[in-house]
Amino acid sequence: MSAVIPANLPVDEATEEQLGRGEKVMEATRRTKKRLTSRGATIAALIIAIIWMTPTLGIFVSSFRPAEEVRRTGWWTILQNPGFTMDNYVEVLQAGNSTLNLANAMINSIAITIPATVIPMALAALAAYALAWIDFRGRNILFVSIFALQIVPIQMALVPLLSLFSRGLTIGDVELFAGLDASGSYTQVWIAHSIFALPLAIFLLHNFISEIPGELIEAARVDGAGHGQIFFRIVLPLIVPAIAAFAIFQFIWVWNDLLVALVFADGAVAPVTKLLAELSGNRGQDWHLLTAGAFISIVIPLIVFISLQRYFVRGLLAGASKG
Amino acid sequence: MSDFFAWISTLPPLAQIPLVVLAFGIVVALLIFFLEIAPRTGQKYTIIRMAVCVLAPALVFLALGSVIWAAIVAGALGLLFFWLDFRSRQGAGYLFQLVGFLAPALALLAIGLIYPSIQTTVQAFMNSRGNRFVGLENFVWIFTQDTGIRTVLNTIVWVLIAPVVSTAFGLAYAVFIDKSRGEKFFKVLVFMPVAISFVGASIIWRFVYTARPEGQDQIGLLNQIVVWLGGSPVDFLSVAPWNTLFLIIVLIWVQTGFAMVLLSAAIKGVPAEQLEAAQLDGTNGWQRFINVTVPGIRSSLVVVLTTISIASLKVFDIVRTMTAGANETSVIANEMYSQWQGFETGRSAAFAVVLFLLVTPIIVYNARQLAKQREIR
Repeated sequence: MSAVIPANLPVDEATEEQLGRGEKVMEATRRTKKRLTSRGATIAALIIAIIWMTPTLGIFVSSFRPAEEVRRTGWWTILQNPGFTMDNYVEVLQAGNSTLNLANAMINSIAITIPATVIPMALAALAAYALAWIDFRGRNILFVSIFALQIVPIQMALVPLLSLFSRGLTIGDVELFAGLDASGSYTQVWIAHSIFALPLAIFLLHNFISEIPGELIEAARVDGAGHGQIFFRIVLPLIVPAIAAFAIFQFIWVWNDLLVALVFADGAVAPVTKLLAELSGNRGQDWHLLTAGAFISIVIPLIVFISLQRYFVRGLLAGASKG
Repeated sequence: MSDFFAWISTLPPLAQIPLVVLAFGIVVALLIFFLEIAPRTGQKYTIIRMAVCVLAPALVFLALGSVIWAAIVAGALGLLFFWLDFRSRQGAGYLFQLVGFLAPALALLAIGLIYPSIQTTVQAFMNSRGNRFVGLENFVWIFTQDTGIRTVLNTIVWVLIAPVVSTAFGLAYAVFIDKSRGEKFFKVLVFMPVAISFVGASIIWRFVYTARPEGQDQIGLLNQIVVWLGGSPVDFLSVAPWNTLFLIIVLIWVQTGFAMVLLSAAIKGVPAEQLEAAQLDGTNGWQRFINVTVPGIRSSLVVVLTTISIASLKVFDIVRTMTAGANETSVIANEMYSQWQGFETGRSAAFAVVLFLLVTPIIVYNARQLAKQREIR
């Protein structure tokens, strides 16, 4: 927007200052003009923003109100019916089914999410490096096929994968894979999430890795580094932003997932989403509990999201079609 | 391996995280180490390479718990691979590196996505026990009884409404807040639901919809508004066919933020000169928006629309948490899960295949768009 003074034009200080001032005035008038014409738009935006915030505000306020108040009056009457309590949170953390409560489920969520973020990232980075910097025939076809795997709805893969985990794989009489004795452990859900994340992760990381200047890789090779060193000491440090973007995306995706958890994380290892869905079914009218539970479940992704929003947006832009 | 995981699962949950990450890290570090030394020449390295080629596949199969001679076959194949690698035109160690980098990810994809998808497709043509071929019976079943048709129709309603409405809202909001004061703050407000789980969002919205009998104080905001306007409270989630719309609103609420962020970035990319030129030609704001801004962000609009379409086709969590498919609100993904829970694997698989078929055209369209853009560039 700034009016640029041509470099070869001799301008004394006074003129320069004057031009600068004029520019500022122009900027100012333009801005006021813009604001005048878009006052209606600002009001419309404000209305949309309020509508979008209100439902979340509702559970936030309700989660701190005494159970009796929540049952009797609407949360918008908080000023007429004041009251503040943490009891809902204490109670909901102990609510749950016979095998676990919400506090355990929170821990389960953490235990599921972290490995399910780290594992696919490392494997995808390795594969993406090979696809970007090792020449071989059929490279493009392989890359496109991996990308295309994103279209397979995970619904297609769930049931056979589960039976593979529990019963193993036997071809003819030959037992190739004995099956995991995995009831009550996180193993299945770790592996499942890792696999489902791979196509997107490879695609995203490949885009970044292939943009690394070729001279850099070449220079390292001339200095005697093999692919292992190049990958570990040059490529990995350079793609940290991409890794961060994917890690946040995957973290929030796994944390918020319900379907994979329903199939692969049963009983004592169920994450918070599964328990909340259950709670919502069994105790659907205990709103003091549900609001507190919902708020607990969204706190961690919200913290991750707000503190690392920039990276998250990048991951989202690149990986919108997952699922 | 089974034993390792079994042992780990006896530990407290939070102790499992570092252990698994560490074990995984050691495996990856070993892999990178062998990849590094693979292309080096000399007898020592050749022997190491051979040892890895034979032992790695054998050990993997042993870890998976396969019978001993399957592991021996794997080792023998590894030896064959070593020989191929040794004679490789690009020099010994080249194939070794290539496979080392790619194999872990590709093997997992084959096991976890390709094999199960084929299996599901086969299942869709089998009976509920999966031991008799029944042809198209499962698909006929879906499309001949009321609930099945309703399920498919609901999914189509989702995909017709949710993408268009959330894109429209997102676009309008992005335009309204563009270059305004506090733009970032405004963005966060609408973008925040993207980070909330569908389960959380469902509870949030069930609270908005909840109804109390007439005469009592309402605790659901929407019913309170209805009462304020002089109506009587409605149980929004049980009145078919409108309840599907109230479920769709939840998805719209979540996805608008996504659309807004993407389109906002696109709008900022529209050249200011074009807008100024249009302004000099005497156009008003609306004309500029329709004739300059929208064509300028066309490709982003396509991406947003198709992405949300896919999300609406696969929608599961919202329906599961809010109604579990009751009162004619079921969708394909939910029905697929319900049938599986009822041990109707054939029907469940058939639903999954229908879902796959519905998703495919959108992806093909998307890929075509992408290819076209690449050509232009």
